[in-house]
Amino acid sequence: MKLKLNKKDLKPFLQNLMEEYDLFAPVQLVEGVSVFKKIDHPDEVDLSTSNTQKPAKEIFFPQSEVMFRYEKVGKQNQIISMEEEKRERILFGARPCDIEAISIIEKVFVGEECTDVYFLEKRKKTTIIGLGCNHPLSTCFCSSAGGDPFLRAGSDLFFIDLGEAYFVELLTEKGMAFYKNKFFKEAEPKDLTLVKELEEKAFEKVGYSIPVDGIEKRLNLMVESSFWDRVHEICVGCRICTYLCPTCHCFDIVDEDEHQRGQRVRNWDSCLSPLYSLETSGHNPRPTCRERTRQRLMHKFNYFPKNFNQVACVGCGRCILYCPVHFDIRQAILWTSPKRPRGSERGTI
Amino acid sequence: MEERSKAIQDRIREKAKELLSNKTVDLIIGFGEGSLPLRTTPRFIRNPEKVGRLIWNSFCENNLSTYLHKLGQFKVGLVVKGCDARSVIALSLEKRFKPDQVFLIGVPCQRMVDRRKVSKAVPGEILRAHEQGDQIIVEGEDFKTVLKREDFLYPSCQVCIHRTPIKADVLVGDPVEESPLTETHPEIMEFEKKSPEERWKYFEKESSRCIRCYACREVCPMCYCTECFVDSSNPKWIEKGFSPSDLEFYHIVRAYHQTGRCSGCGACERACPMEIRLTYLTQKLNLDVKELFNFETGIDTEILPPLSTFDIEDKQDFIK
Repeated sequence: MKLKLNKKDLKPFLQNLMEEYDLFAPVQLVEGVSVFKKIDHPDEVDLSTSNTQKPAKEIFFPQSEVMFRYEKVGKQNQIISMEEEKRERILFGARPCDIEAISIIEKVFVGEECTDVYFLEKRKKTTIIGLGCNHPLSTCFCSSAGGDPFLRAGSDLFFIDLGEAYFVELLTEKGMAFYKNKFFKEAEPKDLTLVKELEEKAFEKVGYSIPVDGIEKRLNLMVESSFWDRVHEICVGCRICTYLCPTCHCFDIVDEDEHQRGQRVRNWDSCLSPLYSLETSGHNPRPTCRERTRQRLMHKFNYFPKNFNQVACVGCGRCILYCPVHFDIRQAILWTSPKRPRGSERGTI
Repeated sequence: MEERSKAIQDRIREKAKELLSNKTVDLIIGFGEGSLPLRTTPRFIRNPEKVGRLIWNSFCENNLSTYLHKLGQFKVGLVVKGCDARSVIALSLEKRFKPDQVFLIGVPCQRMVDRRKVSKAVPGEILRAHEQGDQIIVEGEDFKTVLKREDFLYPSCQVCIHRTPIKADVLVGDPVEESPLTETHPEIMEFEKKSPEERWKYFEKESSRCIRCYACREVCPMCYCTECFVDSSNPKWIEKGFSPSDLEFYHIVRAYHQTGRCSGCGACERACPMEIRLTYLTQKLNLDVKELFNFETGIDTEILPPLSTFDIEDKQDFIK
């Protein structure tokens, strides 16, 4: 179904959605720093950033989440469950890479053997409105990682910025429920032509320069490679690349205890922290940055593909942009490749 | 500017080659070309034939002395700016390495350019950038902008009065004139004008963006505790979640632990992905330490920081 939404109708459209749904969208916290947040007023929504700092994963898997509370009644601890999400939710303005990443996390959190109710509850209640990337950044490599700037998979509705209006596609049953939305108009043939042009331009810009294909096999042979002795050197061991990564999904569960009551909380955790692998005995199987950097890359490009037949990287480029020592994951991928271009180790790709 | 940088770069390479060839050091840690414009990356060089990978320009923003904690038994040649050299002195006072383990290649610094400020001054993504004279020329898909370098310097660089490394085994450029561009850190001036309530609000707003990635801690050469107080589970000083009090507690304690130890390099603020202002706190503490104890971090190779020592002459005004 091909529809469109005039930009002047965007705010009323969102306002209208908010009556029925909890709306989550990109918001600028200060100039240059945006995150996905629950929206109180459509004016807050800011679609100007290609990629927010924190990815959309936190709408389904918050950085810190109370699982349940407990209270001591007599000698017994009594568990107080958290209230279920009541309202339906909309995630608006997420980019294809972030949406693809949610389906990657879903593979871990929703499985045959076990299911993470906290994630699933939010996922089931959420309709996703994706937004195509007309202007991918130079750090974007989604096409190399199996996605593309206009990947529809995972979105229920998909918006494409045509300048004066958004081209709107209804892709799933959840999306089709919007068929009669009063703000949508029927799209014209020229809109379709424009969509095609925008797609081609973005595809060309992103290109296929990073050899992600076949990386799982290459890494099979590299577990004890001297490659790891060097690649980690500049890493200072902060957690930016894992926290800002849309596919990283490790967490740590802690009890925040206040004598007679408390709460069990799960927080994002990072394999780059020495605490992550520290055992109770005091032994740490990943004692240095070398083992921890290896874990990060191996998990994304070897262990995850082994388990789920897909790399755990969507090529959003956040880890490249925000690393304080400018570790470039594209170079690490290139270094594993026998076909690496000359001079790639000098910092020019 | 770019000619001066080029001359410095040549001398860094020359010295690095010499130090590696005659085995004075096992490795050189300097700056290398980044894969994005306006960025460099720390570069570790062991082979004297590869010194051509070392570069120098106005984007060499990292404080490389943070890598000294990883040294082990190796000897290193470290490229340092004025502020980085001060961190090295502060670390040597805390006996973090053996005196003959570190060879300092000192660069009299031209003040570093704030890449985020540059990015915000142009209409699109920057794809190419270079320095020319006192200008930075940045280009994107459909724009080319010429910016005045002086308007885009890091706050910590604007107030710096120790650009020439105080201690270095070799200086690879002529010493520069030591006068600040502004007398007081611009954000401290703003901060001091505020009422206590407004100050608290500002601090609250800044720390509320914290994602606890601890990048500010990890890039700081002075943050090297085997176990940071935030990571300790017994005793547990702080929860790991996102209640404002925990975020604020982390930021206050991180700043206070730097008292008399911070060289004011600004690495913490540059590392923060959420662009939380941090140096107004640490630089204010630096000013207090200067005023109360007449001490500046990393200026003297013998005198211990005031909070590491006791002197009967110490000011005691705070005891009422």
